[in-house]
Amino acid sequence: MKSKWYGLAPLLAATALALISPVAAQTPPNVLVVGQIAEPASLDPHVSTAANDFRIAVNLYDGLVRNKSGTLEIEPALATDWTISDDGLEYTFNLREGVSFHDGTPFNAEAVKFNFDRMLDETHPFADTGPFPLSFFFSSVDKVEVIDDLTVKFTLSEPYAPFMSNLASPTGLIVSPAAVEQFGADYGRNPVGTGPFKFEEWQSNTSVVASRNQDYWGGAPALEAAIFRPITDANTRVAEMLSGGIDVLLETPPDNVAQFRDDANYQVVEAVGPHVWYVMLNAKEGPFADVRVRQAVNYAVNKESLVNDVLQGTAEVSAGPIPPAFNWAYNEEIDPYPYDPEMAKQLLAEAGAEGASLTFLVTEGGSGMLDPVPMGTAIQADLAAVGLDVEIQTYEWNTFLSEVNPGLEGKADMAEMAWMTSDPDTLPFLTLRTAAWPEEGGFNSSYYSNPEVDELLDAARVSTDQEERAALYKKVQEIAHEDAAWLFVANWKQNAVVTSAVENFELQPDFGLVLRDVSKP
Amino acid sequence: MTTYIGKRLLAAIPVILGLSIIVFLVMKLIPGDPAQALLGSYATPENVERINRALGLDRSWPEQYVIWIGNLLQGDFGRSYILNRPVLDEVLERFGATLILAGSSLIICSVLGILAGIVSAVRQFGWTDRIVTFFVLIGISMPAFFLGLVLILLFAVQWRLLPASGMYAVYGGGDLPDLLRHLILPAGTLAIVATGVVARLTRAAMLEVLRQDFVRTARAKGLSENAVIYRHAFRAALVSIIPVIGIQAGFVLGGAVYIETVFQWPGLGQMLVKAVSTRDLLLVQGGVLVAATVYVLVNLLADVAQAMLDPRLKA
Repeated sequence: MKSKWYGLAPLLAATALALISPVAAQTPPNVLVVGQIAEPASLDPHVSTAANDFRIAVNLYDGLVRNKSGTLEIEPALATDWTISDDGLEYTFNLREGVSFHDGTPFNAEAVKFNFDRMLDETHPFADTGPFPLSFFFSSVDKVEVIDDLTVKFTLSEPYAPFMSNLASPTGLIVSPAAVEQFGADYGRNPVGTGPFKFEEWQSNTSVVASRNQDYWGGAPALEAAIFRPITDANTRVAEMLSGGIDVLLETPPDNVAQFRDDANYQVVEAVGPHVWYVMLNAKEGPFADVRVRQAVNYAVNKESLVNDVLQGTAEVSAGPIPPAFNWAYNEEIDPYPYDPEMAKQLLAEAGAEGASLTFLVTEGGSGMLDPVPMGTAIQADLAAVGLDVEIQTYEWNTFLSEVNPGLEGKADMAEMAWMTSDPDTLPFLTLRTAAWPEEGGFNSSYYSNPEVDELLDAARVSTDQEERAALYKKVQEIAHEDAAWLFVANWKQNAVVTSAVENFELQPDFGLVLRDVSKP
Repeated sequence: MTTYIGKRLLAAIPVILGLSIIVFLVMKLIPGDPAQALLGSYATPENVERINRALGLDRSWPEQYVIWIGNLLQGDFGRSYILNRPVLDEVLERFGATLILAGSSLIICSVLGILAGIVSAVRQFGWTDRIVTFFVLIGISMPAFFLGLVLILLFAVQWRLLPASGMYAVYGGGDLPDLLRHLILPAGTLAIVATGVVARLTRAAMLEVLRQDFVRTARAKGLSENAVIYRHAFRAALVSIIPVIGIQAGFVLGGAVYIETVFQWPGLGQMLVKAVSTRDLLLVQGGVLVAATVYVLVNLLADVAQAMLDPRLKA
């Protein structure tokens, strides 16, 4: 018996060697392999909701307008220029000439109309290729008209300042009508746009491959192809980067960032994002109904330590409800509450809230939530140090949202939350107005209310003058800060690690992963 | 034998049907729905309602369930809400990958486990037995996901011998050697734990059999030690080993869930984890149904094999 096995041994060893010996190859030149955080759900930009999908979509498609590289300012894309009527209701776009979709069909005003009607008109023949979860970004659009082949006019039902920002968001990307007609509900796996890269293939859970669009109106990109690989587990993603399987690592776990920073084979790329991480404070009932208690917790929490120790420098301390990424609307003059436990104790004493017991809703994870459990416990510890007794209740993300979105009344005093938005209007409009309390269908789950803020936000939404809007948002930040509407915590800095072979790689403040200028010789 | 198989298959139908109801109810009872998962922070009641209408989730639960079963009987598993893709396409694609992973682990753990078990039974308390017991203990007590990470760190990151994740290389791959290269780490990890269990139980079964009279008789007849152990004793022990293999089949199918996540293996387990977190009801139901059916079939197979080996069980 033994001898039989010994006979097999060399054969087995040879097979094992044959499989193992070719050392895992480096990725080929001119092809960029991106390690994504998950399998995309759909490459139909009107259907998807995840940043993960958008990172691919922005390379396959163009919108009428886009955010200028490195900023959140609008610049032309498929529209070369536009006019806005004085009442802020009519937007007329002149379209770029001679642009074709990857399937060869021409891009024109009809195509634009098709795109928006598909999302907004429930009787449109292709409305059933949805659902279109984020189409409410355009719910102020009353109608879209074709003026001539290269001119299209949007009429809004009410003035809506964030309209241009929303057009520049991934939901505003323009898809090929012919391809939607051909593939119907399967369009999301057969995407056709006008972008710098053409969709090649999608192997479920293995890769999405996009190749260079030689005829791109903005000039063909340097890369021959971009391959997006889903690698859900953060540790595995890091391991793939270290073993040479990918060129770009997205959303590096905070604990690994330093390791890559210290290694000359890699570059760590960072960018601010329009992201806010905060803790809602129930202003309707309990201790936080008193503004002094809300201010006290803002003094009591050591946010510097949170962003440096818990988040390992992957975020910055936040001062208010509008993130600095919206540079034109951001109020530089407002400083974050300093860490001052003595001041906190004093305020708590004045309010008679010493030793109060608080319930704190914490999520296990979720879009933009960073490291919610360690952050929650750090906050709990800081509040304990000033004598507040915080009880944490932890929920899975979807459950968490269904607990928090209907409002904190009767349930909790505090709840974590984070938002990523494309316009400075979105977050305060949905979370700080009195008319956005949950029963009105908004996300003001902590019942903050200040008539002055309400007025400012209403005015900012209908103004088409950017300077005027900026002044209004700056005032909103000032008041929200003084009122301590929330426990302001952090603004996330997005990060990516790329190998030293990759050139011109930049992260965009809108979270788009724009590869048209990237090269990897 | 045919009636026995037929009866067992018929008995499986209510099991699978009951399971489908349980999965359906569990998915309905946990808070959060597909619309919530799609909309994330933007989930206002109004938006949720709009999406639910578009997905047909505004109907009553029994209505939704009956529609689903009705379509199922016509071979239509429905469309995944989140992936916007036919459930059957996704499930079959994923199931193929899981079968490769779980199947190869099962082969590895059966072969290694049985060999190790026999050796340590025959040389009870000898040094081989001690070594085997030591490794079996490690295999049983080490969590599979942790072992997987350690192996990735050693073989992929440190030595760069094997790919860290995935089933095929994203460029220039796709052939059998490529698949095998990707399979070694996940299948090995999954097999290590199961090997321990098979080895322990094989050892116990063999020790039991080796003490019996017919073994002594075989030895007395002057048969070689190898013939006694492999032809007589092992054959008898197989009757108790086969059900263990059947149970291990279920174990590797279940264990595949973590392993697929750690190694980014595009299988059913990984799909289910994601589908549950996005409340993708039809995908979860379809996936569970297929997994359960396979589990029932594998156990049936093990029982049939056992019955064939041991005529006493046929009745």
